[in-house]
Amino acid sequence: MNPLTRGEGPWQRSWRRFQAQRSARWALGLLGLIVALCLLVPALSPHDYATPSWTHIFRRPSWRDGAWFGTDGLGRDLLVRVMWGCRISLLVGIAASLVSVLIGVAWGTAAGYIGGRTDGLLMRTVDVLYSVPFIPLVIVLEVLFGRNFLLVFVAIGAVSWLDIARIVRGQTMAIRSHSYIEAALALGLRTPAVIWRHVIPNLLGLVIVYATLTVPSVILFEALLSFLGLGVQAPLASLGSLVADGANEMQANPYLLVIPAAFLATIILCLNYLGDALRDALDPRHD
Amino acid sequence: MLRFVLRRLLSALPTLLVIATLAFVLLHLTPGGPFDSDRVLVPQIQHSIEARFHLDEPLWRQYLRYLGDLAHGDLGPSFQYRNTSVNELIAQGMPVDLAIGGTAMLLALLLGGSIGLLAATRAGSWRDRLPMSLAMLGISVPLFVTAPLLILVFAIQLQWLPAGDWVSGSWRHLLLPSVALALPFTAYIARIVRSAAIEALASPFIRAARAKGLPARSIVLRHALKPTLMPLVSFLGPALAGVLTGSIVIEQVFGLPGIGRYFVTGALNRDYTLVTGITVLYGALIIAMNLLVDLCYGWLDPRVRARQ
Repeated sequence: MNPLTRGEGPWQRSWRRFQAQRSARWALGLLGLIVALCLLVPALSPHDYATPSWTHIFRRPSWRDGAWFGTDGLGRDLLVRVMWGCRISLLVGIAASLVSVLIGVAWGTAAGYIGGRTDGLLMRTVDVLYSVPFIPLVIVLEVLFGRNFLLVFVAIGAVSWLDIARIVRGQTMAIRSHSYIEAALALGLRTPAVIWRHVIPNLLGLVIVYATLTVPSVILFEALLSFLGLGVQAPLASLGSLVADGANEMQANPYLLVIPAAFLATIILCLNYLGDALRDALDPRHD
Repeated sequence: MLRFVLRRLLSALPTLLVIATLAFVLLHLTPGGPFDSDRVLVPQIQHSIEARFHLDEPLWRQYLRYLGDLAHGDLGPSFQYRNTSVNELIAQGMPVDLAIGGTAMLLALLLGGSIGLLAATRAGSWRDRLPMSLAMLGISVPLFVTAPLLILVFAIQLQWLPAGDWVSGSWRHLLLPSVALALPFTAYIARIVRSAAIEALASPFIRAARAKGLPARSIVLRHALKPTLMPLVSFLGPALAGVLTGSIVIEQVFGLPGIGRYFVTGALNRDYTLVTGITVLYGALIIAMNLLVDLCYGWLDPRVRARQ
């Protein structure tokens, strides 16, 4: 398509630049494959993640047995358990990132757009919260309240919105000073409409990038909690709890550690590459 | 300068107050108490234990008492370790964490910094792409995966280093946990330094230095290094928080007698004072690091110094 004959919108341009990156295509493809697998495999497999089978303990991965990833110490099929782990990890990652993006964008736009004393108050709060050692606190709360899945969401969302709020505030202040905002106000548009129609769309690229980079950090945090035994309830598994179980067996049955660790690392790796590629694609300074 | 430091220290007090209050309230809100057990105690004993730790007072009295002690630097007695104060427990565990965390930070800064600089000067070539792919892998593999793998390879298979335990002053016991803790931060720092150095090397004053015919080494080390350090310095705050969290995992995996272990067992046993004390300590460390970061900004960038 020749950009001279047909105009190219900013989103089209970003998409073209995104596709031009080989690492981005690979990351997107691999991630899509994992999502498809973790949706399909548990539905199609004759095994489930919970039922122990005492005759199939510690089967090594093999094509002939039907247990492609082997079985764990309770004879449960590792393939199904890893796929369930991917489901949980991705779900937690996406849901908690959405929470943090919503809070962060609302907080940041309010501070950046209103400015003045409101800005000072809102950003002082963020500064104070930055110094609170949240992750240790969340660990304590998980221990005290018993493993509460909802708490994991809330806690992770509460920790990770601070960065987004700071970045969004800075960007909003920059956007605010542009003349098209002045023009919109002069035309009689009310403040909420200005924010919704002119500020938020211009923030979107930035927010997408940071949301993409928040997902892997949330997944890692959930995995950390599960590793410490504070995440999902057994018999359900997340990738973190599978790694923790595998670490206990690593001398005799290293595949129990290596397979879930490889899936965890691949997902995080793909998301990080994706975030980097999006940043390059959405940054208008490039090209 | 001095006024800036004083003002910042003064504004740290309300932050610490918020942290202490948050930890105190959250802990006291949770079900279960520190002296709940399956055995039913004789009421008199129960009562005297509660009286000794002031648990029979209303919550607001306990809170004010805690704040008063905190103002004197006294974190109170531990509930779980009888006849031991939280200060003593922290003093016992702190050297271990300082040794491992300090070594890890130093390793990460030196190694990550030099990898990032080298990659930036060769941007686009395989000597840039290979270390950067490794760095991407480094930030994607969590600590609790690398630590057991390092033990598996270096302690169990090769038997070069001990697989845990702690002998104070022994570098052999220090090496494996510090390297495991340093790996993700090395990767982060390499990425940050690389992108900052590429930006700095593209700026006009570097072109001027090149035009003067200065050798490449002195351009990078004497001119491009300082602006490169700016984003690295802002990473130090989050890095410290990461090291604190990471040390909890590392202590668990390697079985080390640091603060993180007290933290988890303290939470399990409803040891209010121990957990609140360590939380406040972590908060104070992060605040101190943020102040250090701001002072470094002033040192690196004269424009910031003028504003301070």
